[in-house]
Amino acid sequence: MSSTMTQHPGTAAGFGGLEARSDAALNATARIAIRDLDFHYGANQALKGISMDYPERQVTGMIGPSGCGKSTLLRVLNRMYSLYPGQRATGQVMMDGRNILDDDVDMNELRSKVGMVFQKPTPFPMTIHENIAFGIRLHEKLSRSQMDERIEWALTRAAIWGEVKDRLHSSAMGLSGGQQQRLCIARTIAVRPEVILFDEPTSALDPISTLKIEELIDELKRDFTIAIVTHNMQQAARCADQVAFFYLGELVEVAPAAQLFTAPRQQRTQDYITGRFG
Amino acid sequence: MSASIQPSLAPAKNLAVAASLGRSRRRGDVLARGLSLAATAIGLVFLVSILVTLFYKGFNAMNLSVFTEVTRPPGSNGGLLNAIVGSVIQVALGTAIGTPIGLLVGTYLAEYARGSAFGGVVRFVSDILLSAPSILIGLFVYSLLVLPFGGFSGWAGVAALAIIIVPIVVRTTEDMLSLIPNTLREAVIGLGAPKWKMIVLVCWRSAIPGIITGVLLGIARIAGETAPLLFTSLGNNAWSTDLSQPMPSLPITIYSYAGSPFQDWIELAWAGALVITLAVLGLNIAARSLFSGKK
Repeated sequence: MSSTMTQHPGTAAGFGGLEARSDAALNATARIAIRDLDFHYGANQALKGISMDYPERQVTGMIGPSGCGKSTLLRVLNRMYSLYPGQRATGQVMMDGRNILDDDVDMNELRSKVGMVFQKPTPFPMTIHENIAFGIRLHEKLSRSQMDERIEWALTRAAIWGEVKDRLHSSAMGLSGGQQQRLCIARTIAVRPEVILFDEPTSALDPISTLKIEELIDELKRDFTIAIVTHNMQQAARCADQVAFFYLGELVEVAPAAQLFTAPRQQRTQDYITGRFG
Repeated sequence: MSASIQPSLAPAKNLAVAASLGRSRRRGDVLARGLSLAATAIGLVFLVSILVTLFYKGFNAMNLSVFTEVTRPPGSNGGLLNAIVGSVIQVALGTAIGTPIGLLVGTYLAEYARGSAFGGVVRFVSDILLSAPSILIGLFVYSLLVLPFGGFSGWAGVAALAIIIVPIVVRTTEDMLSLIPNTLREAVIGLGAPKWKMIVLVCWRSAIPGIITGVLLGIARIAGETAPLLFTSLGNNAWSTDLSQPMPSLPITIYSYAGSPFQDWIELAWAGALVITLAVLGLNIAARSLFSGKK
């Protein structure tokens, strides 16, 4: 863990804190490929003709001012929007050779492959152990020892095992905000998804907890494809391999993080990252 | 303070106007506070005088035979045992029947019918039922169960009480489920859970202290109901646990004893009123402590 810290000092970055990762690989295979995606809330169009790829085992940061559609796009990737009548997406979102927008997609199975972590921690009103077991039981039948093993694995991967291993059977509501958020990450990875969506995962957390979550995201991308929505450009620069900038429902630019933050191709991107609007 | 730093930006305050505005605000405050206190005092005077009278007369009439003897003719040292047991049976069964129905309807309204027209109709009907005069519910059960089945019965009383508790449970369940943030629902759905598991395993679990509180308040309400039982279980002066026969209950016994010319019956009515009041008070305290304890 300390090695990842030295790899990305959160503070001493040059260029106004926008020092960006340079190891983004453009030619990694796409885990999710979006083509010509439109999204409507009733009569309002929230996304217009989006086309982009989420490269396998990389972190894709999604930035832009409030209301630009970045969270909407995230909620398309696990069909969360389908909960609400009146919201609809058209176009192609290809994953494993299928368009996940098709009507006959098994959404529970899709959501077991595409996990999500929310802005505010969402522990369930049960014990820490039950919180993690809840998601696993939805998709697998494990023996008690296998279950305990999986729970330890998930909590360890989410860097919270040491803090909770002695209180697995006490309520998850008693954890601090940062611990709750790592518990939610553990709950998500316990289902062993392939893609993890983070919707502003640190905006409700203090700086120390934020740093922990960012280190965690960096560690998780070895196994998972990650999409993260953030309002914080430093965070995008620290965490993401590729960054997509959205504005008024359009994808303005998607590029390796280093390029987008140092040499954006679009004037609007330049204006946004230098703080001229948004 | 800012005026001294940037005198050009803030125009000088007119102190006379400010002082007069302050005086009129204080006058308004005194008036509003006085009226509120007066209204509170009027309400409290009635409540306290009722309670003091009840406790005074109730405790004077209270003795062990109230709980050990059944109702008897005047002058023969009867008690209220059969009435108490009859009330407990009818209230317990009414709650056992009404609560699951109310729970499911409330869940339907909160989780499945948000914003739907049919849900709006159901909610409206339930709210009307909530405030309907309970004697109407008694008459309804009378024509539904008493007339066709040849007489007053405990079951009819149970049905009337169940109908009264349903809308109370509906409202609390819906209110408690609506308090759950949508992000919690999305977190469950986001793990790949079907909706019914989300409701049963997470939403109900979050809402259960509030729902139990509502049920306890509902029990307190139906325990004191008299009118719906007049037309259904009627009352019975003998010991009876047979639900197909007329069944005694505490409110009905109080109602008939309090209006009687016999001094010992009137005293028993006071004792019974005290028993009901204490039971309802206990349920209310239990409901409150449960709700505040779990939050």
